[in-house]
Amino acid sequence: MSTGLNDTEIISKVLSGDQQAYAELVNRYQNYVFTLSLRFTKNREDAEEVAQDIFIKAYRALADFKGTSKFSTWLYTIVNNTCITFLRKKRLQTHSLDNEGMFEVADSQDSGLRANLVEQKSRVAMVNEAIKMLNTDDAEVITLFYKSEQSLEEIAQILGLETNTAKVRLHRARTRLKEKMEKHFSEEVKDIY
Amino acid sequence: MNTDFNNTGEDGIEERLWNYIDGTSSAEEKSVIEKLLQSDAEWKAQYGELLEVHQLMQSSELEAPSMRFTKNVMEEISKLHIAPATKTYINKNIIRGIAIFFITLIVAFLVYGFGQINWTAKGETNLPVDLSKVDYSKIFNNTYMNAFMMINVILGLFLLDRFLANKRKKFREEV
Repeated sequence: MSTGLNDTEIISKVLSGDQQAYAELVNRYQNYVFTLSLRFTKNREDAEEVAQDIFIKAYRALADFKGTSKFSTWLYTIVNNTCITFLRKKRLQTHSLDNEGMFEVADSQDSGLRANLVEQKSRVAMVNEAIKMLNTDDAEVITLFYKSEQSLEEIAQILGLETNTAKVRLHRARTRLKEKMEKHFSEEVKDIY
Repeated sequence: MNTDFNNTGEDGIEERLWNYIDGTSSAEEKSVIEKLLQSDAEWKAQYGELLEVHQLMQSSELEAPSMRFTKNVMEEISKLHIAPATKTYINKNIIRGIAIFFITLIVAFLVYGFGQINWTAKGETNLPVDLSKVDYSKIFNNTYMNAFMMINVILGLFLLDRFLANKRKKFREEV
């Protein structure tokens, strides 16, 4: 249930000892954090574990949030760092987390996906599938821009980049997304254009 | 201000169109693009495609975790406490103490060093070499000296770059 309080007011309540108030922040941001985590992990189980870890880290570090930026921007910085650490650990464990490899798998699954999409007739599903085929950097910047209500300046802050670099990264990511859509979903894209 | 009006390669067109779609183009650039969209079929087609991607992205949906997600997080944090803010556990007095220790050490060495000098003795007799006869070209031709100078130049350029980058950042913030 929504309390009607803004993020800063909820944080003040949590810091003054009302631990249960933190549930409202989790409810408010869980879909954003989970979606971003999923862009990195590529599977729901890992994404859920990582997202949970992110909210726990954010809770532990809540006293460090000074309110100089939006809470969401601060939270997404933790998302970015935690997901990068997760990918590093995963690479060490498997030695095979390679984006190109993932693209090949995506290519081989193409016909199945297309059949599914035709069935669903869903543009949204097509976009989500195309995003999954992008590398994590591209998928992250696109998700931050379109789904997480972050400006280019805030995205730059989250990713630790200059604003212009973030802007160029976003442009390139969108161009690659367009290419993926044209390559893998050419029929559906024709219908749209 | 985007002054890259002549950048009409495919990448250039896309970049300018993305800026136009995002609303980050300058007024001048905006009117140039609007004219191009009316007169140039290639620009019009490209704009249509990019706008469609933009609109599709805006209509895409967020993924949702399991129903128990919030409950799981709250169960985990019930065992934890909020860590004190970083600033509160870095005691400024400790940092000041370390600074005072090193400053005292340097001053003590200087006092001791100056104390060892015989100020009443004549300078010329104490020096083992005649400074007027030193061949400085040999010293400055030395490889180590060149390497030292090179490091200094690189450090100087690095500092200049940092200084200019900070200045540029401040300028942008002001704009």
